[in-house]
Amino acid sequence: MNISLLYSLVGLALFSLGLYGLIAYGHLLRKILAVNVMGSGAFLILVALARGWRQTSPDPVPHAMGLTGLVVAVSATALALALACRVQETTGSTQLTEDGSD
Amino acid sequence: MVALIPWSVWIIFLPLLTGIFAFLFRGRGAQLGIVTAVGLLPPLIGLTWQVLSCGPQHYSVGGWGAPLGIDLYADGLSIIMLVMTALVGIGTTFYATGYYSPTGETKEKNHQQDPALFWSLWLLLWAALNCLFLSADVFNLYVALEFLGLSAVALVALAGGPSAVAAAMRYLLVSLLGSLSYLLGVALLYFAHGTLSLGLLAESVTSSPASFAATTLMTAGLVMKTALFPLHFWLPPAHANAPAPVSAVLSALVVKASFYLLLRLWFQVFTNTVTPSVALLLGILGVAAIFWGSVQALMAQRLKLLVAYSTVAQLGYIFLVFPLAQGKGTGFSAWCGGLYFILSHACAKAAAFLAAGTVLYGFGHDRIDELAGITQRLPVTMFAFGVAGVSLIGLPPSGGFIGKWLLLNAALAGGQWWWAIVIIIGGLLAAAYVFRFFSRAFSYVEQVPICRDVPWSMELTALALGLSAMALGIIATQPLAVMQIGAPLAGPVLTGGLP
Amino acid sequence: MRLFSAKLIIIVLLVALAGLIAWAILSLPFNGPSLRAQVFANIGHSGVSNPVTAVLLNFRGYDTLLEIVVLFLAVLGAWSLGMVQLPGPPYPAGLFLSALLRILLPAMVLTAGYLLWAGAHAPGGAFQAGAVLGGAGILLLLTEVRFASAIVSWPLRTLLSAGVLVFTGVALGSMFLGGRLLEYPRHWAGILILVIETAATLSIGVILTVLFIGGRPSEADRTLSVKSTGKRKDK
Repeated sequence: MNISLLYSLVGLALFSLGLYGLIAYGHLLRKILAVNVMGSGAFLILVALARGWRQTSPDPVPHAMGLTGLVVAVSATALALALACRVQETTGSTQLTEDGSD
Repeated sequence: MVALIPWSVWIIFLPLLTGIFAFLFRGRGAQLGIVTAVGLLPPLIGLTWQVLSCGPQHYSVGGWGAPLGIDLYADGLSIIMLVMTALVGIGTTFYATGYYSPTGETKEKNHQQDPALFWSLWLLLWAALNCLFLSADVFNLYVALEFLGLSAVALVALAGGPSAVAAAMRYLLVSLLGSLSYLLGVALLYFAHGTLSLGLLAESVTSSPASFAATTLMTAGLVMKTALFPLHFWLPPAHANAPAPVSAVLSALVVKASFYLLLRLWFQVFTNTVTPSVALLLGILGVAAIFWGSVQALMAQRLKLLVAYSTVAQLGYIFLVFPLAQGKGTGFSAWCGGLYFILSHACAKAAAFLAAGTVLYGFGHDRIDELAGITQRLPVTMFAFGVAGVSLIGLPPSGGFIGKWLLLNAALAGGQWWWAIVIIIGGLLAAAYVFRFFSRAFSYVEQVPICRDVPWSMELTALALGLSAMALGIIATQPLAVMQIGAPLAGPVLTGGLP
Repeated sequence: MRLFSAKLIIIVLLVALAGLIAWAILSLPFNGPSLRAQVFANIGHSGVSNPVTAVLLNFRGYDTLLEIVVLFLAVLGAWSLGMVQLPGPPYPAGLFLSALLRILLPAMVLTAGYLLWAGAHAPGGAFQAGAVLGGAGILLLLTEVRFASAIVSWPLRTLLSAGVLVFTGVALGSMFLGGRLLEYPRHWAGILILVIETAATLSIGVILTVLFIGGRPSEADRTLSVKSTGKRKDK
């Protein structure tokens, strides 16, 4: 099997696992980690497919997209962690309660 | 010479710079906000003039040009969104000068909101909106979406308190999920077509598996960010718990940004991959949103929550554009109706949220049952809420009426009368939840609740925005002329010779 | 039982979505269209020789500008949650740790400088360098409070926004020199990219350090001494 195809499918698996984790788990830290797993999956797909099928040097544009996405993910994760700490401080819970949602 | 000035660059960079300056020079936020509100007018007028006289405008950042570089693009749709942002933005800015004035400290317990951070975040959010409405590159749009999402989340968190922080947390997770889904769609589009430019993608996207998957991922992500039923669960807590000016901006503008992108993608890029059945599905979810949002608004105990659920309902209408545009010869009518609805909802909803914020500010709470007779204390604010309510219900001569009228026209002339029934029932439901609050507020009581002094800028801006929603119903020709420029659909505005 | 079936529905939907995307990936064109050739054709004019840096800082520099704004926004977001006390060191730095830091920190700063410089022709660049600086900053925060408490006011705010300001300045400046937004004057591209990256590195390092605190450092913490044996605020 082609190596870049293999890695892109691994990326897809990570993306789906992260998506499952984000929906299925309640603990905020788990949710934040799940979003990061999703993001890593997406970036892996970008980097893997950038190599193409048999090109000697990879396409730099998806690499740049991955790097930009990575920085955005770092920023969002930092804000999410700060928020999660504050949620625990103010509500005493590490999960979001359902009230006020529906 | 004037025709060559890159106005779009200034529309993006003026709020970006003032936002950073508001962070650097604490205490100068209000002045910088007013500088931005006033300073954005010349570039906006300039760009509108360029688009009106020369058609859609392109600008290549870095001089490379698509597909290697990133292009800015402005057509009628962009102008409508930019003008809407400016209208609400200017109003919110003046409201906030009162709301965050040194005398008017906010009543949140155990937490003082930092005005410097508010100004910085708000101006950056304004920049993010302008970035998004002017970008013609799908990956750049991803960055703009995250830019917008992060600033919106931070503004919700600014209110402090357990419910606001929890709402911000939920909002952030939903926002990230939506953007990541969108990003994966962008990746698939790039690997299939070798370009990120909207214009070039529009030429090359055919119905292949990659474009189908990209359509699914990007639509799902953006629908989630637009809070379409049943993915709306994050919206009411976030919009109801944010500080008043922030609620107005979130409800009037931020949810529209992701919808704008959805419109661009569906009508310009994915024309070959979207099927009538998917459009129908979005329409049905829109109907569910209208009913669910209205019923929740009818049952809401708090005024800001009522207004927030009203947003859920009103967002349902704009999703009717997708099935209505499929009608024969009525596509342009539906397009204009949707845009008109977005425009007037922005003004009316901003007015309603600002008025609700003034009530909360004046009385210290917004429990509807305890607000009897408040019109005696805040007549201007309640009048503003009333004018906004007229547009939300869709009564003439408001902008909301024109929007609904065009949608109704598209439904009836296109032979899809069942949507017309929904639009009419939705209007009645809106009347019910608006009057439920009015019957309290306008009732006469002996002992009127105590209200503290409210800065005049807060009362007047809500009124001005409410009146602009009204004015949109009177000057319909000009906005409709702008909507035509570069529109993906052609045809008459009204079909069947109705006035 | 009900919970189980809800999870089952989620799994079924996710598998369907993953299947759709897998089908899309497998059907992508063999050696499909890409911008690779265009990047390599124009790299001579970009001012750098590393293709990824050329895309990030020149061809798609506007994305990178917005990306640094997003990073800056994360700080504003964390600060909007209110003041926090600086996380004091869990225990005072011992002799060994202090000695190690004296070697490690200069080495980290040097590494950051190298990564920044290498970005022009090899993998590296502002974010990588900034991340190393950020690591150094966090190490300092964990061992020595005085470092951070000395700069909580306007110098810190200037450092945080320097990256965005310099990038925006260059972007708009090139417009005033007759080009378009971010269209560097021909022979200056390399230098200007280095200037932007230097400012960005500095800002990214400080931003990552500040994000580690998780909130706005309270200015009252200036008076904290190193000896305060860390009453960490998390409970």
